[in-house]
Amino acid sequence: MIEWQAVSKSFGNVPAVKELSLTIAPGEFVVLIGASGSGKSTLLRMANRLVDPDQGRVLFKGQDTRALRAEDLRRRMGYAIQSIGLFAHWTVARNIATVPELLGWPAARIAARVDELLALFDLDPGLYRGRYPQQLSGGQQQRVGVARALAADPEVLLMDEPFGALDPVTRQALQGELARIHRASGKTIVLVTHDIDEALRLASRIVLLDRGCIVQAGPPAQLLLQPASDAVSDFIGRSDLGLKLLGLLSVADRLRAGESAPGEPILVSASLREAMSAFVVRQTDRLPVVDAQGRPVGAIGLNDLLRRRE
Amino acid sequence: MSLPRSRWLADPLCWALAALLLLTFGMPRLKPLFAALFPALDRPLYEQDSFAALLLSHLAIVALASAVATGLGIAAGVFVTRAAGREFRPLLETLVAVGQTVPPVAVLAIAVPLIGFGALPALIALTLYGLLPVLSATIAGLGSVPQGAIDAADGAGMSGTQRLLRIELPLALPVLLGGVRSSVIGSIGTATIASTVGASTLGSPIIVGLSGFNPAYVIQGALLVGLLALVTDLGLARAGRHWARWQQVD
Repeated sequence: MIEWQAVSKSFGNVPAVKELSLTIAPGEFVVLIGASGSGKSTLLRMANRLVDPDQGRVLFKGQDTRALRAEDLRRRMGYAIQSIGLFAHWTVARNIATVPELLGWPAARIAARVDELLALFDLDPGLYRGRYPQQLSGGQQQRVGVARALAADPEVLLMDEPFGALDPVTRQALQGELARIHRASGKTIVLVTHDIDEALRLASRIVLLDRGCIVQAGPPAQLLLQPASDAVSDFIGRSDLGLKLLGLLSVADRLRAGESAPGEPILVSASLREAMSAFVVRQTDRLPVVDAQGRPVGAIGLNDLLRRRE
Repeated sequence: MSLPRSRWLADPLCWALAALLLLTFGMPRLKPLFAALFPALDRPLYEQDSFAALLLSHLAIVALASAVATGLGIAAGVFVTRAAGREFRPLLETLVAVGQTVPPVAVLAIAVPLIGFGALPALIALTLYGLLPVLSATIAGLGSVPQGAIDAADGAGMSGTQRLLRIELPLALPVLLGGVRSSVIGSIGTATIASTVGASTLGSPIIVGLSGFNPAYVIQGALLVGLLALVTDLGLARAGRHWARWQQVD
């Protein structure tokens, strides 16, 4: 879907990206992660030509992006940023309608799409359509920001630390919504972050960058279990590596179906990390498991967390 | 705009406007009053032109000069904030600032030998004078547009012109209108001295009164100029709030 071919970019004398190559397949959720100055934002902004590489080229669906008009390319990709950048003089509805309006959609289609997106993000269209951005909370503003990025139904969603400025609770809620949208729509998403937990939670593939080069790229479990270098381990953090691994799996993965246990149950959709926490808090080595409707489905034991990964 | 009667009555703009119109058209009726106040004067009322004609020509000169100054100021402010014109910004700012240090009377004095007497030198002086507030407000206003909004507009695929017209100028509008407002108010004041070079404005009674030792003329002219400035200021402030309604929501 997007392919960076040996791209380099310097700002003044400072190299931001060095001869980097990366290919993103349709439907992937790729998280670009690294410390500040690692070149992750520059790499992202090359995809929609907000930055043009000094050397190398970027392909979108096999086509050199420089052969496309930058405006047309950008209208085909959703773009959401940390500062959100809602237009303060436009209502929520008009903000969301930005790209459809640029594409010249008929008014009725735009209105229908706006309401559909507001509903998707749990914002009552009747209540929020006519509001101005400054009347919304930070979390609501970023929901509108992501809705605006999705408005013209782009195949690719580019996100530059979209949840960086939100409080932890709101951030988790929005991460959940984004994961749900990715599962439901199959869109290709490229997200930049410096938050390893966000990367582990969302990514189908993590690309770890350092000083303009890729240090390691792979599924979350691979980065945790087979770090390519000490630098990768340092970045991920060694002290709670085990807990991060547990965070990648859910209770369903280790469920003893049909068995039972006493005590307060845990949700089958909870992560093993949450299960670990529950074992410690409740001073037990066995927990009953229920589904979302509260029906018992089995049990899980402390030892099950140690079972070898298949 | 249909406001209930009580709102109209409580509105300072309505009062100032009513006072301006009443005085403009009713000044002749106040002749006995001025005669009583200044018994030493043979002619206690300025009667060379009607006050309505003076008001109109004052307004016409200010409107024309302000329109040109606003258009040029915004255009120049936009130009020096684009990539193509960025290098001209210090030069332009210096030029306009220097222009502002020359008193308006001096501009009139220089313009007259070159262009002659009449409304034209007055128009030129007022336009030059009106430029700086508009230009600096345009630059400040465009500079106050959040970087995130610019980034988002680019990322959405707006062209440079679309971004300027749909995002940057509307977001700069509150600051920009403040500059236009001080430019217009300044011009209303400066236009009074323009009558020294032969432009007929509300300054004419003031100048004639000052040179002819006639305080009644001075008061008549000054009252109307003051009221005109007040009405314009209140009106522009009202218009500014209307155009930037989105700022008031909370």
